[in-house]
Amino acid sequence: MIADQLPALQIVIPMLAAPLCVLVKRSNACWAIALVANVLVVINAFALLHQVRTDGVIRYALGGWAAPTGIEYYVDTMNAIMLLLVSFISCVTLVFAYTSVKKTVVTGKHYLFYAAWMLCLTGLLGISITGDAFNVFVFLEISSLATYMLLAFGSDRRALTASFRYLIMGSVGASFILIGIGFLYAATGALNMVDLAQRIPDAESQRAVLVAFSFLTIGLMIKAAVFPLHGWLANAYQHAPIAVTAFLAGTATKVSLYVLLRFFFSIFGPNYSFGAMLLNVVLLPAAIVGFLLLSLVAIFQTDLRRMLAYSSVAQIGYIVAAFCLATQSGLTAGIVHIINHGIIKTALFMSVGCIIYRVGHAHIGSLDNLMKKMPLTVTAFIISGLGLIGVPLTVGFISKFSLIGASLERGWWMVGALVLVSSLFAIVYVGRVVEIMVFRSSRTDTPEPTGMREAPMSMLVPMYVLIGISLWFGISGSTTLSVASEAAAALLGGYQ
Amino acid sequence: MQVLGLYNYWVVIILMMAGLYILIARYNLIKKMIGLGVFQTSIFYLYITMGKVQGGTAPILADGIEQYSNPLPHVLILTAIVVGVATTAVALALIVRIYEEFDTIEEDEIKAIESAEQDS
Amino acid sequence: MKLYRRQRHRVLQIVTKLIIPFVLLFALYVQFHGDYGPGGGFQAGVIFASAFVLHGLIFGLQRTRQVITPSMLRVLMALGVLIYLGTGIVSMLLGGNLLDYDFLAHDPKHGQHWGIFAVELGVGVTVTAVMISLFYSFASKR
Repeated sequence: MIADQLPALQIVIPMLAAPLCVLVKRSNACWAIALVANVLVVINAFALLHQVRTDGVIRYALGGWAAPTGIEYYVDTMNAIMLLLVSFISCVTLVFAYTSVKKTVVTGKHYLFYAAWMLCLTGLLGISITGDAFNVFVFLEISSLATYMLLAFGSDRRALTASFRYLIMGSVGASFILIGIGFLYAATGALNMVDLAQRIPDAESQRAVLVAFSFLTIGLMIKAAVFPLHGWLANAYQHAPIAVTAFLAGTATKVSLYVLLRFFFSIFGPNYSFGAMLLNVVLLPAAIVGFLLLSLVAIFQTDLRRMLAYSSVAQIGYIVAAFCLATQSGLTAGIVHIINHGIIKTALFMSVGCIIYRVGHAHIGSLDNLMKKMPLTVTAFIISGLGLIGVPLTVGFISKFSLIGASLERGWWMVGALVLVSSLFAIVYVGRVVEIMVFRSSRTDTPEPTGMREAPMSMLVPMYVLIGISLWFGISGSTTLSVASEAAAALLGGYQ
Repeated sequence: MQVLGLYNYWVVIILMMAGLYILIARYNLIKKMIGLGVFQTSIFYLYITMGKVQGGTAPILADGIEQYSNPLPHVLILTAIVVGVATTAVALALIVRIYEEFDTIEEDEIKAIESAEQDS
Repeated sequence: MKLYRRQRHRVLQIVTKLIIPFVLLFALYVQFHGDYGPGGGFQAGVIFASAFVLHGLIFGLQRTRQVITPSMLRVLMALGVLIYLGTGIVSMLLGGNLLDYDFLAHDPKHGQHWGIFAVELGVGVTVTAVMISLFYSFASKR
């Protein structure tokens, strides 16, 4: 019986944890509730992925109302991957958050922090699981509102303005998505994604569908921080509590990218998106300029978090470029990079979190000789930094290799070449930090800060769990690649 | 005449553009929120207009009535209105906090304070 | 001075005292009528909260806070969501899908009735609590 209810439990468990946190109010108890819920959600997502891979697509009718009338949860391999990625990263960062939240968030507000975290998780999981276009908007707003709140918990007052700017951009983006869904409904009379996919070929010639497509594209590009619309991201990532940054960097933009995939491939279909609408003429240059320019911008940052934030936008550029290939191997590369980048970027932000926890700031210039004081943290930073560059035996290599392979296969060798160029920039911006942390000896005039030692275990363990996974995926790339290619096949095949 | 017959949509477009303009052009954070509110309201109108059936009444079953308006857009927009209220509340709470911290809600002044902070 | 201030709004205070019960009653009507007529938790919650907002405006925030304390609001807020989710979970335990009201009673029609009733109650409680706490948090700022 419980096997049938897995899709609902995926949402209900974190949603239940949020009001429980508000009721209980004691900081440690809230953390425990959130963690238990999160672990359950991870197990649930594992079970779902397994179920989908063995038995095929799961459709779950909420309230017992069958698909076109009611809202349904639709799980195929793609959704299951996203569910697992989001819940796992949330789980690991939640463990990580325990110590850093104690230090940065005002004591009386911890319960609100964890409740908002759970709501954000609910929203992100909901976006990933739902098979109803309007439901996507609702869950998007749940996760966004919780995100604004989480961002504003930052200890710096600039966190407030960063959060407000994200709120404005995010609301405009979500409103655009709402308009797009409205026009789609007007043109086809359907909100269910499977239904929409069936009806759009007949309505394709209508101008309303075209308008809907444009609005959805722009709205989702804002939410996913694709290059020209990434303005909100750097400030938000820099000033948020570091655990939140680690959580969001691995999940929020990735989930928006998933929605982008869902709309372009499953609902509109690749022929419409990339054939009739010439999406790759618009998106591919944006993606390429994005990953080149922002890798370059990342080199000149003085704050470690900001550098990683710009690098995130660049990585999103890779993913979008991979989508634009619109082939089986291109999509596989994109999906693999969603997973891999989620893992390494979270690990990187965690190592920055460890640094901030001990040093108190993340100015790159004054992190000299950190290797001596915090060897484990710096090692973690180096390993995941190598992953970001794409050195063999790391996850980054797998995704870049498959991306370049896919672009050569499509005959767009320029894309592959430019990816390599931007990897060179990545070597520079990661290398610069590593050089300072490992090789530059302390300036003698600055007094040695007392009490400088390794970060606490509760922060190191989750970080190394992620790094272990990233190494495992890097060495045996076939695990992720096979799952991702299944997901790509599901997306390209459309709804059955 | 068809253009005039679509006057609902003209209202939607005018409100939408007005909202977006306020959102982009005003520096005062409260005014920005008003712009966002107008913008979101225009979307509500869009949905409601979509759901209207010429000659249809409210979708409550009664004798002698054959034609009903489509209730689904109303339900959707009820959700969107609630979301809008929540967004406004969060934004206003943020503005209050920003005012407490920066002593101003003019975005250009806040930017000046922030960039001064960045340099030091 | 204090006496003067209290007497200044005498008319408003008395009218408010007269109105508040009717506002609450109307809110309850909208709430419990919501399962088979226009109405429901959102509207009822806002109307219910408006009675307290009116009380707060006329008698001052201090006295409203004695009627409904902020910690009570916190509990109510969570409770509403729990009622909503609880209904869903009960329907799951009884063998249906999430929020499938058919399983809540012996016959599906009654089940739907009970289900929508409980869900709307949850929505109403949460909306009331959220609206009042929004009023508290903004009104208490200087």
